[in-house]
Amino acid sequence: MSTYALRRFLTLIPTLFVVMTILFFLFRLAPGNAFDNEKALPPEVLKNVEKQFGFDKPLYEQYFVWLGRIFTEGSFGYSFKYPGRTVEEIIATTFPVSLELGLWAMVTALAIGVPLGIIGAVRQNTWKDSLAMAAALVGISIPRFVVAPLLVLLFSLKLYLLPVARWESWRHMVMPVFCAALPMAAYIARLARAGMLEVIRSDFVRTARAKGLSERKVITRHALKGAMLPVVSFLGPGFAGLLVGSLVIEKIFDIPGMGRYLVEAVQNRDDNLFLGVVVVYAVLLTASNAIVDIAYKFLDPRVELD
Amino acid sequence: MATEAAAPLSQDAAAEKGSSLWSDAWRRLKKNRVAVASGIVLIFLTLLCIIHPEVSSYAYDKADLKLGPTRPSWEHWMGTDEFGRDLFARVTFGGRVSLAVGVIATVISFAIGVSWGGIAGYFGKRIDALMMRFVDVLYTIPLLIVVILLTAFYAKPGTVFHDAFLWVVGIFSDHPKDPKYQPLFKITFVFAVLGGVSWLTMARIVRGQVISLRSQPFVEAARSIGARDMTIVFRHLLPNALGPIIVYTTLTIPEVMMVEAFLSFLGLGTEEPLSSWGQLVAGGAESLDLYPWLIFFPGFMLALTLFCFNFLGDGLRDALDPKVRKD
Repeated sequence: MSTYALRRFLTLIPTLFVVMTILFFLFRLAPGNAFDNEKALPPEVLKNVEKQFGFDKPLYEQYFVWLGRIFTEGSFGYSFKYPGRTVEEIIATTFPVSLELGLWAMVTALAIGVPLGIIGAVRQNTWKDSLAMAAALVGISIPRFVVAPLLVLLFSLKLYLLPVARWESWRHMVMPVFCAALPMAAYIARLARAGMLEVIRSDFVRTARAKGLSERKVITRHALKGAMLPVVSFLGPGFAGLLVGSLVIEKIFDIPGMGRYLVEAVQNRDDNLFLGVVVVYAVLLTASNAIVDIAYKFLDPRVELD
Repeated sequence: MATEAAAPLSQDAAAEKGSSLWSDAWRRLKKNRVAVASGIVLIFLTLLCIIHPEVSSYAYDKADLKLGPTRPSWEHWMGTDEFGRDLFARVTFGGRVSLAVGVIATVISFAIGVSWGGIAGYFGKRIDALMMRFVDVLYTIPLLIVVILLTAFYAKPGTVFHDAFLWVVGIFSDHPKDPKYQPLFKITFVFAVLGGVSWLTMARIVRGQVISLRSQPFVEAARSIGARDMTIVFRHLLPNALGPIIVYTTLTIPEVMMVEAFLSFLGLGTEEPLSSWGQLVAGGAESLDLYPWLIFFPGFMLALTLFCFNFLGDGLRDALDPKVRKD
């Protein structure tokens, strides 16, 4: 088990390396740079700025400098747009906010999706099932950025119940967390239902029923764990979807998270900031996939540890 | 394509008389009333988006600054935006863009994914390992970020993509550099990028299907009459894997449309004066409290379309999934 876990984490290193390399060159080979905007800098100033950020060196050298600085100093360099602030400073203040949003959304999604899916499976082909699954499809189909403004309109601007934006108390968190969680909850409901349907037809559940356990006990004690397997394997990609999806949530609710800086860095062509944020995303995504893989093997003894 | 695909199967089922996979599936799909309704709504929406901008008395980009934003009325069914442009016309025109993104990007991802998975699955061994390892690596890259990066920085003059675009436009027009083609370039670019990144799951599905089919007698039979490898893959194996392929294709369309809307919402996709549903929603979100209809109508159309595609895809899956046959 632990050797598998260790090995799974070791595979992250080459993956991350490939991802970082691809992103670096994709970004740097793009035409234009941060300093060719409307207000053209005088040539002498431009030369100094380019020297400061190492743009005067050949690209492969910049690449090694960038990589080296990450591994030796743990630094992504200075932001272009926010002079005097390093990228890791910006990440350190914004990342906890994004993580908080992401984790709460994940918890919410599980709390909504799992019961919905189980009801669907246990009451298969009844109106409860149809209703739960129709609700799930609606949740998948309505984009976050359509739900969010409409909720703001209803709960903030008409009913004055919740604040419009920002990230301070729990009342600020209700709408963003719900909107971020909605599509994920819907996917989880469908997966939980499918998993449960498969499990309740299996032999060990029939045995549990045969020995006279109540239906509730059969479901909660015996079937639930197996039924959660598809949900668990979805949590990795699901968390990735949450992180990227929160780009729009952070924009709509004016939440000071990392996603907002990603979009801003794209618009301002802030190379260091963009690459820094993207590397943090890549680490999170690949690591969450690895954790899910390991958890999966832990939950399902039938999966072979290779 | 459907008759060709049905051929090997219906021969197989000939002994059973008349209950081919396709007629079974069609029968089951017709019983699924929500899926049928979704299909009808989609056809209606598509026709509306194709026809309405042509016959409407308002052009999607015709501003009327004196009029300004107005509520939905008899003259303007969905109201008008800040510039007095008719929202209904903008919504149906934007629907063309959104639907076209969905369909074209899906066709691209279909072409790549099906050939990739088919070839990897059929040849197996080293080729399979190499091709699928490539897919695995791409899976670990946060693709949406790559899409953001590409559309933000490569969809502009001076890149090979723009040169290629100019070349293609040059075939139809004497002045390919005319700025009026510029928004078109951005959209074409989004089509291509979205198609180029969304074929991975399709490749995996097709590979799995082909692996389970390739040792069947009909493949042997085809080989024995001298069919070449590529003929076997594209004429014999893939048509028999068509069920899951159709299902997944139907589900790719809403996914791609969602990403395009997401990009446009962030200001990276479709640009003014063109419209797409995502871009209209983004515009509407900015004046939410003053002109709520600006977000309501495009948001509703987008959600309805995605909903119908998802429901239809689900219905097709139920209809074509051999596991639930004849229950």
